[in-house]
Amino acid sequence: MSKGRFGQHGGQYIPETLMNAVIELEEAYNKYKDDPSFNQELQELLNEYAGRPSRLYYAKHMTEDLGGAKVYLKREDLNHTGAHKINNVIGQCLLAKKMGKTRVIAETGAGQHGVATATVAALMGMECEIFMGAVDCERQALNVYRMRLLGAKVHPVTSGTATLKDAVSETMREWTKRIDDTHYVLGSVMGPHPFPTIVRDFQAVISKEIKEQMLYKEGRLPDAVLACVGGGSNAIGAFYHFINDEGVRLIGCEAAGRGIDTKETAATLNTGKLGIFHGMKSYFCQDEYGQIAPVYSISAGLDYPGIGPEHAMLYDEGRAEYVAVTDDEAVDAFEYLSKTEGIIPAIESAHAVAHAMKIVPTMSKDQIVVINISGRGDKDVAAIARYRGEDIHE
Amino acid sequence: MNKRIPEAFGNGKAFIPFITCGDPDLETTELLVYEMEKAGADIIELGIPFSDPTAEGPVIQEANIRALSNGITTDDILAMVSRIRQKAQVPLVFMTYANVVYSYGIQRFMKRAAEVGMDGLILPDVPFEEKKEFQVAADAEGLAFISLIAPTSHDRIRRIAKEADGFVYCVSSLGVTGTRSEITTDIQSMVRLVKEEQDIPCAVGFGISTPQQAKQMANQSDGAIVGSAIVKICAQYGRECVPYVSEYVKNMKEAVRA
Repeated sequence: MSKGRFGQHGGQYIPETLMNAVIELEEAYNKYKDDPSFNQELQELLNEYAGRPSRLYYAKHMTEDLGGAKVYLKREDLNHTGAHKINNVIGQCLLAKKMGKTRVIAETGAGQHGVATATVAALMGMECEIFMGAVDCERQALNVYRMRLLGAKVHPVTSGTATLKDAVSETMREWTKRIDDTHYVLGSVMGPHPFPTIVRDFQAVISKEIKEQMLYKEGRLPDAVLACVGGGSNAIGAFYHFINDEGVRLIGCEAAGRGIDTKETAATLNTGKLGIFHGMKSYFCQDEYGQIAPVYSISAGLDYPGIGPEHAMLYDEGRAEYVAVTDDEAVDAFEYLSKTEGIIPAIESAHAVAHAMKIVPTMSKDQIVVINISGRGDKDVAAIARYRGEDIHE
Repeated sequence: MNKRIPEAFGNGKAFIPFITCGDPDLETTELLVYEMEKAGADIIELGIPFSDPTAEGPVIQEANIRALSNGITTDDILAMVSRIRQKAQVPLVFMTYANVVYSYGIQRFMKRAAEVGMDGLILPDVPFEEKKEFQVAADAEGLAFISLIAPTSHDRIRRIAKEADGFVYCVSSLGVTGTRSEITTDIQSMVRLVKEEQDIPCAVGFGISTPQQAKQMANQSDGAIVGSAIVKICAQYGRECVPYVSEYVKNMKEAVRA
């Protein structure tokens, strides 16, 4: 069996041209991951620049209103750049610098990962190019401008469905063109080995903090941790340090779009099947001949036809549950959290809030759930207004 | 071990054209195979379209989209090859992506491909490390699982060459498929490393479009592979493309043999 496997999933399904690049990356990562000075530098950036640790906030009004389990929110939305993406980007850019790379490239869906990459590239003095589906550039126009403001070059991708999957394909193509000085900052726990492992390790700080904070506040572990899942980086980050704690339910919330019984969905584990794409074996939304499906979700960040290989393994093992949440439910949750707690979540994170709203009332008052608020919702406000029929443009 | 492919390199330098099946339609693809064989093609690469071809440049990406929007499926293509095999002898290899084969069922795909008369296949997203589950099934059906080497392969070339079957596909330059004005890679050294491990033909592809480039690449190896330049002609002339492609193949073949 090849390297980087999570059960039957993972691997390195990429063109020969890139093989030495991922091997070089793996060697560098293995060298630095336990290096005290690398970790000190990383920790300092996470604390002083990104603003970690992020808060674990007791959502009192939501708890009272739902009338069941106690609800805590992990506030990744409070990080610098407004999402969990910065955790991984700081780690990868630091690693790229150590490897002598001077240029970073990245894909982005909602723009959160692109903004984070452009931000850290600016901080570290690296050249930065971002690939973003042309449809997403339109949905998230403000983020496109933000990336340019940070000094990055943004390439709208018009191939295929012009969304996240095409941005990933185009960034891979770009990497095969220019490897020597360039690192591909992959934004999720997907792609060829070693990316799913590297990204997971850099995001695992989320569950490490939740655990410490929960033990401090409640003296015990939560009963459930909920997170939205596209590729799955915030979810694996929120799950990772609880995987061996069997009493903690791990619930990934996929984007059902207009419903898992329609074609307009992005719920990979609820509708997909086993396949090989974007460097990995995992589950993908596809037709009977293996053509990747043109998925849909209101959320540009969850609008991806695959899921990271470690999630695929947790699904196979039954260790984590993966539920589907529709656009309508996510928009309701977006508005609900804004009104009840004064916190506007990213529409991605609102998928996890929506599922919490279903299960929390069925749980007892001495139980605890944690929802990972992976990002803030400022970027979504205009789109949600339009969804509700108001003619607002940024 | 597939014999027909190495034999195709037996009459001097080889010319290997690529077309995307179903672009613009399967009837035209079938005619293209007959005419390219007549024009001197030594092996023909048949692309099975994939929705997200990550190793292709814009020209072949668009051909994939045209073919898929015509509703072309893997089964349609296998049926077409079976018709082609009544009339054409030229060795045929599929070029497609891992998921097309995987979703069909690897063994089922290899069995069907061998039954209809294919000689091998190329999967650009299956490198040395991942090839086993595909190669074992291909070997069992007498299909050559063709390996690629790239300008970045360096120390990997020997390992890949040792286990290569059919021919070795030498990727001429960094990046994706598509025409290039200049190819600067030291092809000769790559080919030499391969031959030190195994006496197997090496053909060069990616970026070749002109007779001069084809000649230059074939001089340093055993043949030249051309895709995007031909697919461009198909895109330009649609169903009328056959005589233009045939003429192009004839010129390229003359160039590699000269």
